Amino acid sequence: MNTGTALGRARDAARGVAWFFKGVMGENAYAAYLEHHEASHCSEPPMTERQFWRDRTDRQDANPEGRCC
Amino acid sequence: MSEKHNGAHGHKGVLETDPDLPPTAIDAAVADAEDRRWTPAKIALWLGIALLGGIAWIMLAIVRGETVNAIWFVFAAVSTYFIAYRFYSKFIERKLLQPDDRRATPAEYKADGKDYVATDRRVLYGHHFAAIAGAGPLVGPVLAAQMGYLPGTLWIIVGVILAGAVQDYLVMFFSMRRGGRSLGQMAREELGVIGGTAALLATLTIMIIIVAILALVVVNALGESPWGVFSVSMTIPIALFMGVYLRFLRPGKVTEVSLIGFALLMLAIVAGGWIAETEWGVALFTLDRVTIAWGIIIYGFIAAVLPVWLLLAPRDYLSTFMKIGTIVLLAVAIIITRPEISVPAISEFAATGTGPVVPGPLFPFLFVTIACGALSGFHALISSGTTPKLIEKERQARFIGYGGMLMESFVAIMALVAALSIDRGIYFAMNSSAAATGGTVEGAVAFVNGLGLTGVNLTPDALTSLAGNVGEESIVSRTGGAPTLAVGIAQIMQGLFGGGGAMAFWYHFAIMFEALFILTAVDAGTRVARFMLQDSIGNFIPRFRDTSWRVGAWLCTAIMVAGWGAILIMGVTDPLGGINTLFPLFGIANQLLAAIALAVCMAICAKKGAFKYLWIPALPLAFAAVVTISASFLKIFSPVPAIGYWAQHNAFKDALAAGEESFGNAPTVEAMEKVVTNTFIQGTLSIVFVTLAIIVIITAILATIRAYRNGGGDETEDAPVPSRIYAPAGLIPTPPEKELEAQWNALGPAKRPARSGH
Repeated sequence: MNTGTALGRARDAARGVAWFFKGVMGENAYAAYLEHHEASHCSEPPMTERQFWRDRTDRQDANPEGRCC
Repeated sequence: MSEKHNGAHGHKGVLETDPDLPPTAIDAAVADAEDRRWTPAKIALWLGIALLGGIAWIMLAIVRGETVNAIWFVFAAVSTYFIAYRFYSKFIERKLLQPDDRRATPAEYKADGKDYVATDRRVLYGHHFAAIAGAGPLVGPVLAAQMGYLPGTLWIIVGVILAGAVQDYLVMFFSMRRGGRSLGQMAREELGVIGGTAALLATLTIMIIIVAILALVVVNALGESPWGVFSVSMTIPIALFMGVYLRFLRPGKVTEVSLIGFALLMLAIVAGGWIAETEWGVALFTLDRVTIAWGIIIYGFIAAVLPVWLLLAPRDYLSTFMKIGTIVLLAVAIIITRPEISVPAISEFAATGTGPVVPGPLFPFLFVTIACGALSGFHALISSGTTPKLIEKERQARFIGYGGMLMESFVAIMALVAALSIDRGIYFAMNSSAAATGGTVEGAVAFVNGLGLTGVNLTPDALTSLAGNVGEESIVSRTGGAPTLAVGIAQIMQGLFGGGGAMAFWYHFAIMFEALFILTAVDAGTRVARFMLQDSIGNFIPRFRDTSWRVGAWLCTAIMVAGWGAILIMGVTDPLGGINTLFPLFGIANQLLAAIALAVCMAICAKKGAFKYLWIPALPLAFAAVVTISASFLKIFSPVPAIGYWAQHNAFKDALAAGEESFGNAPTVEAMEKVVTNTFIQGTLSIVFVTLAIIVIITAILATIRAYRNGGGDETEDAPVPSRIYAPAGLIPTPPEKELEAQWNALGPAKRPARSGH
């Protein structure tokens, strides 16, 4: 029982770290886009994952952002 | 002060909450009561933090034994950050900014699922930190270590809490209230055409000088180093592979491709060691600095015109990955190994200003040598524009803006500790220019021992054995800060993990780590500068506004690359050493940008009618203005040739006119002529920077006075929109925040409003 909860906690912690890391790296951007698309009740179908990432880097091409020194 | 200027209370009617939803903000009275509720446990905690910080500062500033343990730097820094965050940033929030969580942020009311996305505060903190922290906080503290450990430590910690973090927080908040507008747009709006144009021109020129000097740091780290050249150039094919992988094979698998890229990067570092031992490897990859500089210039141009997906985006992932990993690792290593530091608290160079690393006395040159980590104007470009479009709730700006900068400051403290943990003789041998040491072991030993530093007795053996340990031909005159930091990190990491050949690996790991940030900054900086130039030329030739027009894009990229490339080549071939003459210009440029950002913030505060708390931005503005303007004036007017560009210029000119064939550190007439040209360019740049900054500051002061006379000014914030989401403000939710969060979580998914409008 105790080991069960400890394992569960460890699993939650590992999930939390993975969630944080993916968030910082920007991996969940497509999920956020889908969530937004669904919530906004847009009649057009959402972009596919491939389209979304292409669109994202193409937009970065048009709006560059500096990096710090 | 009219009611409409006071955001927190002025929009009662507009910001009515939806009756079907839980409140979107903690009631102000409840939040206030929570802040003022001092339980015994809380009191004990804060007393403990204060006590630990107090003891650490006493150990650093007053006890100053023969040696001082690095752990005291960590304790002094972290305790002071906590106290400043809890009390000072809270004070700024309560008195000056008055965020209102009932108001939707741009991420909510402009939500598009792409650029404007309400992002979890903890993720955004990491994201923002990765965007602001680069090579700057790793380089400046290393160079400032010549003045002893205390001046740098004090400035990094006090500077960040009163200036750097304040700037980041204010800029972020004001940009957030204006739909994520950029610093340049806010400057034009608040300061008018003259101030706005001067701010734009200053930003553009500052960007060029910053890219040039960062590139110079890389060139100095890679010169005559086959291992470094091989492993750093391997980052290009690795990034290209990652780019293709993400575009065509597995789009969106960012973590996966970063792990693959990281593994390849480690392989490149190890393989660099193998190659540096082969004859053909040495022959192929030992490049002199001028060749490497040309390589970076060509790389910079190609990288800036290639599509983002191919090179910049994957490089970005790689550098974020390395950044977070290495910084965490370094913090753990310093805490575990706790190196002893034998550098004096304040060295003789602090007062005399004759230090060989960067010339000039403590005031003002300490404050321009360490810019990033204490006060970095460049952050204003990230804190406006990018991050404000992602903030979920207004009250989170304190955690992300102020708190994010504290983390960067901590990185600077760690870099300082790593540099201080190196033997002092070796430190000066590595950081004195080749003009002083002759670039040879014997020359370096003679020069360093001739400095007359107490307790420093450098032997030739120490230099050659360290060079062997880190897998380099020589470590003499490896200026620029990066190699010194790499040696420091290598020593600390070896202390943690042990292993015989480990030091060479860690040294090149650290070089790679810095080169990666810098090359990303070079690429991104060139792109941003190119867009700014296209926009400016577009005022006269409209066609240039079209950024997808190839000819215009290539032409403007070429102009920008030529700008920083010329300064880079000048630094590399400078007979006087390069980095020591140019680095002050980097710090001055960065702090002038900070002064510009703070001046804009001050004008905004004045227009809000917040005159009572105007000192919050005015105090760091006054300090940054005094430091940068006096440093610039010294660089322009000082009669001491080592400090004043024009004094140096005239001294060499006179020597040439007198028919001398060698002068100072320049052995030939050609070198003397080069010094005359270089000092002319450096002196001119100093004049341009300081003039632009003075114009911006004066227009800001005029705008402030005008606002004072009128009791406020035009409202430039976006109209308030009621929020329909809720999230806690800080890292750890308070009890009332937890309760409210639970109410929101209890809402059925159908009733829960979209996290985004439209």
